[in-house]
Amino acid sequence: MGEIRAYAALAGGKWRSMLSYRASFAAEMLSNVGATVLDVTTVFVLFRATAQIGGFTLAQAILMTGLTAFGFVLADMTVGNIDDLKRYVRTGQLDTMLTRPLPVLPQLVFTDLPLRKLLRLVFGATIYGIALAANDIDWTPARVVLAAVVPVGAAFFFGAIFVLTASFAFWWVESGEIGNGFTYGGRDFTSYPITVYSNWFRDLFAYTLGFGFVSYQPALALLGRTDPLGLPAWAGYVSPLVALPAVAIATAVWRVGIRHYRSTGS
Amino acid sequence: MIQMRELRKDFTVRVKAGRLRREKRTVSAVDGIDLTIEPGEMVGYIGPNGAGKSTTLKMLTGVLSPSSGEVSVFGLTPVPQRTRLALRIGVVFGQRSQLWWDLPLGESFRLLRHIYRVPAAEHEARLRRCRGLLDLDAFLDTPVRQLSLGQRMRGELTAALLHGPRVLFLDEPTIGLDVVSKQAVRSFLAELGASGDVTLVLTTHDLADIERLCDRLVVIDHGRVVHDGTIEALHARYGSRRSLVVELDEPLPPGFTLPGASVTGVEADGHRVTFALDGSSSGAAVAALVAVASVRDLSVVEPDIEDVVARLYQAG
Repeated sequence: MGEIRAYAALAGGKWRSMLSYRASFAAEMLSNVGATVLDVTTVFVLFRATAQIGGFTLAQAILMTGLTAFGFVLADMTVGNIDDLKRYVRTGQLDTMLTRPLPVLPQLVFTDLPLRKLLRLVFGATIYGIALAANDIDWTPARVVLAAVVPVGAAFFFGAIFVLTASFAFWWVESGEIGNGFTYGGRDFTSYPITVYSNWFRDLFAYTLGFGFVSYQPALALLGRTDPLGLPAWAGYVSPLVALPAVAIATAVWRVGIRHYRSTGS
Repeated sequence: MIQMRELRKDFTVRVKAGRLRREKRTVSAVDGIDLTIEPGEMVGYIGPNGAGKSTTLKMLTGVLSPSSGEVSVFGLTPVPQRTRLALRIGVVFGQRSQLWWDLPLGESFRLLRHIYRVPAAEHEARLRRCRGLLDLDAFLDTPVRQLSLGQRMRGELTAALLHGPRVLFLDEPTIGLDVVSKQAVRSFLAELGASGDVTLVLTTHDLADIERLCDRLVVIDHGRVVHDGTIEALHARYGSRRSLVVELDEPLPPGFTLPGASVTGVEADGHRVTFALDGSSSGAAVAALVAVASVRDLSVVEPDIEDVVARLYQAG
């Protein structure tokens, strides 16, 4: 309970700090919405050129895009700014977090809560809602649960990737944009039916790294379609579980990484 | 209360060797330190840049994990038990702010109360004390980014003490401060230390901090302790002595000796002579001098700790 109050204080500190720069906050919030709108528009543009993509209709593909958009933005809203770890490590500012009576990861998350991305969350949820409505889904209890769980699973999955790639900074201070390849790259990958990708690429990202279970496989289960790539129907229902190993790996790497933290001379 | 046994911290650095090749090399920032600090002590930690002062402090506070050796504070091992330890120690890293840059100073204190889960009454009492001793009231409502360095440092000290730590670690608390702010910080720390319920461990480059505050001085160089004791012990060990400077009407007769003192300098054609006092008191030396020579002026010069330390660094 005390810890929750502590994190609330950190988030409150961020909120009030932002209010001292109201105009820039508003501008960032709007530009953030703009970015998300563009992401989704890309998909529509693609369908202007073709009625079918990878064997899926626009509505079906939008369900995958919506799942990804909503899940990703949930992760981005919470741990998205973990990317800033690079700066904390390079400047040694992480020292201050390490001398407080709270674990570092949630401290970083709440200290830098990207509230300017708040409108993106609304937008992501809306796209997902529209996508669910646009498809003729046979609503069984299992599908209702699945529809609620999938975005959360996706959020944990993307969150794990955010944390994992940010942890690279403990080893390579100049880890630069490597992380974005997996976070934003992963989001873009999961925005489309994976049937559009070539074999080796699909095997690597969809099945080895698990991105196929973020939106594609669950979308099939929601739509009641058989997988053209041959996985059984139940695979879609269990695929949100892919978040569990992802979170476990990210946590382990983070823990090892923080032991590698070298601080800076002062 | 604080124990270090054979404490080491090695860093691997990559150095350029040839056009593309880079070689790994291990550098020991802290190279086997044994130290015990008792409750209520005020310990000054000095050493040249890169000697390992900050690294040691970071291992004591759980920021860095040691490469080998043991470290314990209140019986806790800092790295695995970091969050528990954090509730019981206060940390002021001169270069790293604990405060919220864009918020009024007072707001930072309020946030820290929640982070450290301090009961409101205790928080109020401690804050009131700091406000009085450090004159915070004038800038409590000013955003931290607008504070002067001196004001900010007073804020940092308060921030580090609001949860009532029993040990306060300070890394260069007076760096960059003007004389007045330095004195404000020093007298506050002196008062804190004198109350006896806070143990102080501080690193500094300003030896006046040590002379004013610390009854124990630890000199560290190349990651090793080269001196551990009082300032007096340091003087005794490195033979720094008080000296007597006399100005004479006539040069001293040749072959003149002063019992318990030796001549270390003769200037102005023998009209100004400096004696180092080895054994005798300055009174006895003056009495012996005026008996044989006509003394116009004299002064007794205390040994300079800066000189001693400079010699110590060079020896290392």
